[in-house]
Amino acid sequence: MADGAPLAATPDRAPERAPAESVRQSLATAVQRREIWLSALALVAFLAGWEWGPPLLGIAPYNIPRLSAVFEEGIHMWVNGELLRHTLITCFEVIVGFGLGCLMGAVMGYALGMSRLMEVVASPYILALQIAPKVAFAPLFVMWFGYNITPRILTAILIVFFPVLINVLTSVRSVDPSMIDLARLFKATRAQIFWKIEFPWSLPALFSGLRIGATLAVIGVTVAELVGGNVGLGAELAKAEGGANTAGVFVTIILLTVIGILAYVLVILAERAVLRYAPQRPAGEIAG
Amino acid sequence: MLRLSFKDVSRFFPPVRGRTGSEGVLAVEDVSIDIEDGEVVALIGPSGCGKSTLLNLASGLDRPSRGEIFVDGEPVSGPNEHVAFMLQKDLLLPWRTIRKNVEFGQEIRRMDAAQREERAQKFLHRYHLDGFANHYPHELSGGMRQRAALARTMMMDPDVLLLDEPFSALDAQTKMVLQQDLAQTVAEEKKTAFLITHDLVEALALSDRVLVMSRRPGRIIEEIPVDIPGRDEPMKRRQHEKIGPMTARLMSLLDIGKVEQTV
Repeated sequence: MADGAPLAATPDRAPERAPAESVRQSLATAVQRREIWLSALALVAFLAGWEWGPPLLGIAPYNIPRLSAVFEEGIHMWVNGELLRHTLITCFEVIVGFGLGCLMGAVMGYALGMSRLMEVVASPYILALQIAPKVAFAPLFVMWFGYNITPRILTAILIVFFPVLINVLTSVRSVDPSMIDLARLFKATRAQIFWKIEFPWSLPALFSGLRIGATLAVIGVTVAELVGGNVGLGAELAKAEGGANTAGVFVTIILLTVIGILAYVLVILAERAVLRYAPQRPAGEIAG
Repeated sequence: MLRLSFKDVSRFFPPVRGRTGSEGVLAVEDVSIDIEDGEVVALIGPSGCGKSTLLNLASGLDRPSRGEIFVDGEPVSGPNEHVAFMLQKDLLLPWRTIRKNVEFGQEIRRMDAAQREERAQKFLHRYHLDGFANHYPHELSGGMRQRAALARTMMMDPDVLLLDEPFSALDAQTKMVLQQDLAQTVAEEKKTAFLITHDLVEALALSDRVLVMSRRPGRIIEEIPVDIPGRDEPMKRRQHEKIGPMTARLMSLLDIGKVEQTV
């Protein structure tokens, strides 16, 4: 173009949205502030209900101990029972199991996604294993490897593996074929097509697989810990249950939940950092 | 010198195995087209007549069942650096900034990064995208996205431009501005272009010749030279007095307006 004048006159430019946006933003913050207050109120109500509800309703402390009793038991376990060590062991198992399970699931997903033959050969086994309740393998792993952290990590790997694999596989299969053609027009090699088109294309799906995997990893580790061994929060939970220590059971459930939430949040943060190009998701997404 | 040449090209798509009622499609039949260096040729025809098939064949993405295609005298056996292809969809990669999208082709071809960046800068400027180099595609309007796709195509410095309805997804005003941009680039750099379009006025405004294709199996049924001055000024050209009668002629060739016309 010789001059830019005709361009300026056309609607062909990024929309200017400053005024409308600021109005919408102040509305949004007003709504958000109310949401935060209500959420805080609900939390206080819940905690108060836990503290004073059971005695009021005549529920025995060995069924539902009061919040303060659980808190005291937590401190007791921390001081006398190496609660920190058990928590760290469980965290370690979750991280390693999640990491390896994701890695293997992703690698397998990409491999199957790119090779029809491999998918045809492997898919019946994958389907069968996907349907099988993965945690049922935990006792088997304990029989094979004994009362140590190996069965826990293996169970986590097994349970994390499938959602990651399936997500990656489906998304590699769904790449827009004209994007591949675009790369082919520039004479891209197979490796270039993978790294520059298929891999970035599949990242959102990979991350949703990781999100599911993050919570499943905690489940896998917990079940394997319940089955055998004397370290880790699951083992502590089994011990508390054996001693009819309901408060101790609650303490371990709470800590396991916290580990799950942390794992999930870490995945979300990683996702936000990696998928910066995507339009911002609305707030509250973290809970979904 | 012939830049692009189709010699008795046919393309038959065999039936899809396992799908009942699938009997294969003869998309184009015995098509011969010669495009000289620096010429812009437009191809129009009813939907599904195999226009896009011809472009896929010329780009090397697809192979003809019979006949042969030559670019610069060499038979086309696959994608090659002489031709560049631009589609209706902008096909910008959503995870890349506009600059990185414009650089994409040369990145694949392993052009040195510094050289690539400098070249991208030049093309971003030429297509009025300077301020948007570091934006992501979803932040841009449709017209700007298509302009980025044009920059990416021109960045490859092709001899022959294949354009498959490049502006059909845009609103009327944006379309005219982009046609002007394209026409000027093509004229300045003396590029050869083969343009497919549904828009009869666009075909007349941008090209030296208009080819008309029949219903499937597609054949070239008419060739109309566009003897209107100012191929580099489609905005003016589309107002020329000959455009009306010529459009009417194209309409009658395509049976547009007849009662039995099925869409």
